[in-house]
Amino acid sequence: MSTMHFSKNINNVLHLADSALILAQRNSEWCAHGPILEQDIAITNITLDLIGQARNFYQYAASLINSTNQKNETEDTLAYLRTEREFLNLLICELPNVDWAHTVVRQFLFSSFQQQLFLALQENTDDAIQAIATKSIKETNYHVKWSAEWVIRLGDGTLESRERTLNAIEALWPYTGEFFTNEPTDMMDVSLLKKAWLDKITNVFLEASLSVPENIFMHSGGKKGVHTEHLGFILSEMQYLQRMYPGAQW
Amino acid sequence: MSLIDLEKSFQEKIDKEIKIEPKDWMPDAYRKTNIRQISQHAHSEIVGMLPEGNWISRAPSLKRKAILIAKVQDEAGHGLYLYSAAETLGISRDQMMNDLNSGKAKYSSIFNYPTLTWADMGAVGWLVDGAAILNQVMLCRTSYGPYARAMVRICKEESFHQRQGFETLLVLSKGTKEQREMCQDAINRWWWPSLMMFGPKDSESTNSDQSIKWKIKRKTNDELRQQFVNMIAEQIKLLGMTLPDPDLKWNEKRNQYDFGEINWEEFWNVVKGNGPCNKQRLAARNKAHDEGAWVRAAAIAYADKKKNKTTHKAA
Repeated sequence: MSTMHFSKNINNVLHLADSALILAQRNSEWCAHGPILEQDIAITNITLDLIGQARNFYQYAASLINSTNQKNETEDTLAYLRTEREFLNLLICELPNVDWAHTVVRQFLFSSFQQQLFLALQENTDDAIQAIATKSIKETNYHVKWSAEWVIRLGDGTLESRERTLNAIEALWPYTGEFFTNEPTDMMDVSLLKKAWLDKITNVFLEASLSVPENIFMHSGGKKGVHTEHLGFILSEMQYLQRMYPGAQW
Repeated sequence: MSLIDLEKSFQEKIDKEIKIEPKDWMPDAYRKTNIRQISQHAHSEIVGMLPEGNWISRAPSLKRKAILIAKVQDEAGHGLYLYSAAETLGISRDQMMNDLNSGKAKYSSIFNYPTLTWADMGAVGWLVDGAAILNQVMLCRTSYGPYARAMVRICKEESFHQRQGFETLLVLSKGTKEQREMCQDAINRWWWPSLMMFGPKDSESTNSDQSIKWKIKRKTNDELRQQFVNMIAEQIKLLGMTLPDPDLKWNEKRNQYDFGEINWEEFWNVVKGNGPCNKQRLAARNKAHDEGAWVRAAAIAYADKKKNKTTHKAA
C-alpha cells in the first residue's frame, strides 16, 4: 500500500489524522510521568481527544478508500501499516517532548492552528469533514485554553521556567511555517489561517512577556512524507504488534 | 468527657453503622491506621499506573490504545480521591508523596511485577483489578466516611476495568496460536501474585482484628482470597484457559474451591523490596517528581505574582 495511489482528497484526510495521532502518541508518554497529578490527568485528556480525532479521520479516510478501490482498509490498517514515508503529519507533532515547557508550547502552537483550521472546516462542503470539525473544535478550544494558561504561567513564573519556555519557543517556532504553506495534502488554503493564529499567539506571548520570533528559517516536509529522524522510532514502537503478528485481531 | 467515655461512644457509633467524619473524635490508632491504609491505597493507584502505562505506546489498535490510556488516567483520578480522603485525617499530600518517594510508605506489591506482553494488559485488568475490587467493594462500607465515599466512585470504574481486562483476554483466547499462548502465559504469571494481593494468612496478619472491630475492614484476608478464587475459577472456563495450580479443585463439602499453597517466601521477598521491579517503580516515581519540581515551583511563583497584582489593584 502506498499513499501515491491515494487521491488528493484521501491524503487530505490522512494528513489531519496523522497529525492528531502522532501528537497523541508523543503526549501519551506523559501518562503516569507528569509533573503534578492533576496535570498528568489534563495532558492525558488531550491525548484521548487527539486519538478520538485521529480515529474519526482515519475511519472516514478508510470509507473513502474502500468505496473507490474495493479495499478493506480500517482505522488500524491506516495507522499501523503505513510507513515513515507515507505518514503526512506535521513535523512539530513528532518532535520529542523534551520537558514540560516544550510540551505545552508545542500544544499551544499546534492547537491554536487546529482551532483556526477546524473553524474553517466547519464550513467545508464535505459533510463528514464538517461534522468532525464541529465535534473536534469544542475539544480544541479547551486544548488552546489549557496550553495558553501554561505558557503564561511558565513564561511569567520563575527564572528557570522562563528560560525553559524561551528555549522551547526557539526550538519549536521553526516548525510552525509548515502550518501555512499550501501542499496538495491541504484541504483548504491554509495560508488564510495565519493571521488569526498569529494574533492569538501574540496576545498570549504578550501576557507572558515573551516575544514572537521573527524572520526565522522554517522547516517543512511533513505534509510530503519527508520527516525528521524521530518518526521512524515512533512508528516502530507504535506499530510493532501489528507488524509482528500480521492479520491478528486485538 | 473522659478518654474512656470518648472511646466508648466512638465504638457505639461504629457498632450502629454511623460513619466517622473528619471532625469527629477518634482514637489515635484509628486515625493512624486509616492514614496508613488510605495513603497506601493511593500510592498503589499511582504506582499501578506504571506497569500499564508501559504498554500505551505499543497498544495494538487505536481502540485498545484509547481504552488503556483512559484506564491509566482513571487510576490517577483514584489516587487523587484517595489522597484527598487521607488529607482529611491531617496529613498533607506532599508528606505522602515524600513517604512514597523515599521508600518509607508501602504500596501494593503486585505492581512490582513486570508487564511483559500485551496479554498482561488483559491479565492485570482481569486478575489484579478483580482482586482489588473484592477488597474495594468491602471498603465502600468502611467506617471512615471520606474513605467509604471515595471507594463508591472508584468501584464503579474498577469493575469496568475488570470487564475490559477480561474482554482483552477473550479476544486473545479466540485468536491465533501465538495469541492464545500469550494469553495463557500472562495468566500463569499473574495468578499467584494476584492471590498474594489479599495479604498474609489471617493467622499471620497483624492488623486484622482491630481493623475488623473498627469496621475499617469487614472481611478477613483469607475470606476475600477464597471469594476471589471461587470467582476466577469459574470465569476462566469462558476463556478456555487454565489456572496454574494443580491443587485447584471444587470441594463439594466446603462448597468452595480448594487451592494450593501460596509461595510466601516470594511474597515477603517482594514486600521487602526484592521483586523484579521494586527499584524501577520507585525510580520512575522519583524521576517524575524531581523533573516536575521546576514546574510546580513555577506554578506557585505565578500564582503568588497574580495574587500580589490583585492585592495591589484592590489597594
